[in-house]
Amino acid sequence: MKILVPVKRAIDSNVKARVKSDQTGVDLANVKMSMNPFCEIAVEEAVRLKEKGLAEEIVAVSIGPIQAQETIRTALAIGADRGILIQTDADPEPLEVAKLLKAVALAEAPRLILMGKQAIDGDNNAVGQMLSALLDWPQATFAYKIELSPQVVRVTREVDGGLQTLELDLPAVVTADLRLNEPRYASLPNIMKAKKKTIDVKTADDYGGAGAGHLKVLRVTEPARRTAGVKVENAADLVARLKTEAGVL
Amino acid sequence: MAVLVVADHDNAQLKDNTHKTVTAALALTSDVDVLVAGAGVTDVAAQAARIAGVRKVLTAESEALGKQIAEALSGCVVPLMGGYDAVLAPATSVGKNFSPRVAALLDVAPISEIVEVVGADTFTRPIYAGNALETVQSSDAKRVITVRATAFKAAEEGGSAPVEAVDPGPGAPATRFVSEEILKSDRPELAAAKIVVSGGRAMGSAEEFHRVIEPLADRLGAAVGASRAAVDAGYAPNDYQVGQTGKVVAPQLYIAIGISGAIQHLAGMKDSKVIVAINKDADAPIFQVADYGLVADYKTAVPELMAALAAAGK
Repeated sequence: MKILVPVKRAIDSNVKARVKSDQTGVDLANVKMSMNPFCEIAVEEAVRLKEKGLAEEIVAVSIGPIQAQETIRTALAIGADRGILIQTDADPEPLEVAKLLKAVALAEAPRLILMGKQAIDGDNNAVGQMLSALLDWPQATFAYKIELSPQVVRVTREVDGGLQTLELDLPAVVTADLRLNEPRYASLPNIMKAKKKTIDVKTADDYGGAGAGHLKVLRVTEPARRTAGVKVENAADLVARLKTEAGVL
Repeated sequence: MAVLVVADHDNAQLKDNTHKTVTAALALTSDVDVLVAGAGVTDVAAQAARIAGVRKVLTAESEALGKQIAEALSGCVVPLMGGYDAVLAPATSVGKNFSPRVAALLDVAPISEIVEVVGADTFTRPIYAGNALETVQSSDAKRVITVRATAFKAAEEGGSAPVEAVDPGPGAPATRFVSEEILKSDRPELAAAKIVVSGGRAMGSAEEFHRVIEPLADRLGAAVGASRAAVDAGYAPNDYQVGQTGKVVAPQLYIAIGISGAIQHLAGMKDSKVIVAINKDADAPIFQVADYGLVADYKTAVPELMAALAAAGK
């Protein structure tokens, strides 16, 4: 079985995003970039499925600037077999990303697409669902546990109120939530091995082209900041203030 | 302009998220219909019909809709969109699951988790874990939107909209419901509670989390939340997680106990009206957003807080 894992290069999760003073976006100049954490979880899960003998090949695909090759290398170091970069300096919207990934999926014919539930930059939480809809393959988002067999995948999902388990016919699209696994650190030998693995650099035109965006960003602003309040002496002081000052008890 | 709101419910009760999403829809137009898609939803539809400002309630019923399967929901909503300019759903695990599918099938850009309706085609939404707010203008003829319910007031009751059944669509032929584990609780729902008491990694164990956090929550009639660290460590169930990747809450009062205040946690609670932090580390970042900070070990502070609440008749 072949597994396709889309991965995104995004701001490192330990970096606090800062809004540009001209309100055109978030300042990414000289900011540490990494693989989006949810994508990393998806790669790890694919590698675990391969280690269990349930998959033969893992293909990591990224859409982004030339530096996204590093993101693919990270996936290869974790254990993906080869990579595809659809190189673009544009920042395609989720709909365009889903369309490109659909074309990749039709060309690669994986049985499973395993991807992160959202990227921590745009926070859209949309591409997996859109890809599933465009391919007309079943979907299971927010995966907490994945049991793969040759014809079906059983996915336990994190939903409001608890967990829900679904069974999907393959091929299918599954998106990873936080607690699906804890990604490994790639070992030095695996990092060295990853350098020898193939990354095909393609353009959007190789996959039918990227359409124009549908959303115009008018401005990006900083949210209203909360300021630190007061330190209270003790619990009785706290209760008194919550009752009289804040009026919330 | 007409807008369809997809109701949040559990086949028995309509959730307050629906009322809040109706408020967002009413900011776009006065022609707001509510779709109740599920199984055995007659009562829920009657509840939706009572929301003031709703023009009409649509019901669609099938087994797959009863389990809120994404493919079934998108398959039901898309054919209805001939009559609507926008579809809004609350950004719950169900709304997030099906809504982008509708956008893809209509070939439009989804707009996720809006916190403000700026104009008919212009919306504000948080990005980068709430560290930035993006205002986007859509050029699409139809708009597919999820709504961060905590950013909108609940629409009032008092309406009496007519109810009409619509085609439930093709269901989800390649997806089967297997099972679910839904936590039963007498406490208010986390996302809708007026008071939330959350515990962090400082609790040290699931037993301690139960022993400390839950009695305090029950005394206050509050919902229980947790930081990601506490959930990852197994002290609290997944569903308790407040944060960027968990639930976003904005109660009247948020009490953070033994929570350091990582960016990802703050993203989920910083819109609370009043924030209280109890932490023995005076330098914990949570104090930078707390209205009231108590620098103390929770082991002594929480029993004292219980006593003070009792003394105050709470």
